[in-house]
Amino acid sequence: MKAVITVIGKDMVGILAKVSGTCADANANVLEVNQSVLQEYFAMVMLIDISAMNCSLDKLRENLDKNVDGMQIHVMHEDIFDSMHRI
Amino acid sequence: MLNMNDILETITMIQEENLDIRTITMGISLLDCADSDIGRSCEKTYDKICSYAEHLVSTGEKIEKKYGIPIVNKRISVTPIALIAGASGGDPVRYALTLDKAAKQTGVNFIGGFSALVHKGFSPGDRRLIASIPQALSETEFVCSSVNVGSTKSGINMDAVALMGNAVLETAECTKNRQCIGAAKLVVFCNAPEDNPFMAGAFHGPGEPDCALNVGVSGPGVVRAALAKMDKGSDLNEVANVIKKTAFKITRMGQLVGTEASEALGVPFGIIDLSLAPTPAVGDSVAHILEEIGLEQCGACGTTAALAMLNDAVKKGGLMASGNVGGLSGAFIPVTEDAGMIAAARSGALTIEKLEAMTAVCSVGLDMIIIPGDTPADTISAMIADEAAIGMINSKTTAVRVIPAIGLKEGEELDFGGLLGKGPVMKVNTKSPSGMIARGGRIPAPVQSLKN
Repeated sequence: MKAVITVIGKDMVGILAKVSGTCADANANVLEVNQSVLQEYFAMVMLIDISAMNCSLDKLRENLDKNVDGMQIHVMHEDIFDSMHRI
Repeated sequence: MLNMNDILETITMIQEENLDIRTITMGISLLDCADSDIGRSCEKTYDKICSYAEHLVSTGEKIEKKYGIPIVNKRISVTPIALIAGASGGDPVRYALTLDKAAKQTGVNFIGGFSALVHKGFSPGDRRLIASIPQALSETEFVCSSVNVGSTKSGINMDAVALMGNAVLETAECTKNRQCIGAAKLVVFCNAPEDNPFMAGAFHGPGEPDCALNVGVSGPGVVRAALAKMDKGSDLNEVANVIKKTAFKITRMGQLVGTEASEALGVPFGIIDLSLAPTPAVGDSVAHILEEIGLEQCGACGTTAALAMLNDAVKKGGLMASGNVGGLSGAFIPVTEDAGMIAAARSGALTIEKLEAMTAVCSVGLDMIIIPGDTPADTISAMIADEAAIGMINSKTTAVRVIPAIGLKEGEELDFGGLLGKGPVMKVNTKSPSGMIARGGRIPAPVQSLKN
């Protein structure tokens, strides 16, 4: 089982570190990261493995919101993207 | 890996374009709750609904969190109460109060099925239920009522049409201190679908299984945004194609949520209703899609053609995305629930006559239209008859949900709040149809019904 984390907002130091740190605390393995910085805006999409996670997806989102201040963060199960964009 | 653009597209749809699952509706059969003692019958009804739907709301919330997609409503539909009331006798209002109590207990937004199917005639329970509708809707908060007065197979029961004109007016009168809201929860159908998840017309038809989960998807904002990104010079073939593709994506999401919810609840998955259901929120309007196609305002000449194309393209796109399609499936045009329609009604661009034409090519009928409070019951009956005739001849569902604004005149406004929205009182033709309505009887089934 995988989930997708997206982080969008103003670029600053340590975003990737905080997000991946929070994932590590939840025992979620980071599988892929795709990030870009356009002018001062930061956009990142991260694919994580949630099969061995020690907390719920909802809790992970809460922790991310707490740890990574001022960014727009979404945590969604990968099935929603698969079902929408793949036949 | 998933494509980054696809991921961002999904998130934009949900965050900015109001994409949501409009409703998951659990249909529950009450046929085994009928008892010759009405007290016992109500008790069984309450117990069955509460046990089947105990986890409906919490399951919906879990899925919302898992996928990050809002599920706006969790609802229940039940077997038409007239069938149960017919078996038990007694005052049908007691069932309405039972349903209301069960809705509160389970935490759902609405419960539908205070209904009667009288397209060919009345059984004893039917007449009593129709007579009790005004009181039932004024004494409950969550109960929705619907009556099917016609079908392509059986024609139109004009006696029922006459009764329903009165019922609509009386219901508005009984709730005049609450913006006449009772009438917003009462729908009069022709060709009512038995598996519709949308309120106020949802009921669990007698041909349905014991329990089923039906899903209604929504996304007018997403369709409008997709059209806005197109080149203004693209021809209508391309416009229809973009609508189809968007409808496909929206429906796939509904299918995912429906499958997941029915597994979690241990209930068979019924159908997906592929509907574009607007809300009063900015950017969630069907009228704005029509305007994006190239009309100055909804209601202009060309509105019917644009709506016909939209309605058809939504179905074509959605059909491939889901295993079972049902319910109303198409574009909704509820005036007070659609920011673009409210504006068009206020400016006078949109009239009831134009709306009637639009109902011939979309999935519902004259929906959420506020009419003057002094409109005679016969005139409301005649509006119902007109709509039923469109449905009967075109083998489609049509419905009337008009709200007589008691004490208000043309141009004044009612405000229901929430998803039901607000809007101005619209002009109704004042010439009287009383002679025709007084005749009663039945309009015979049309030649279209003889398909065997």
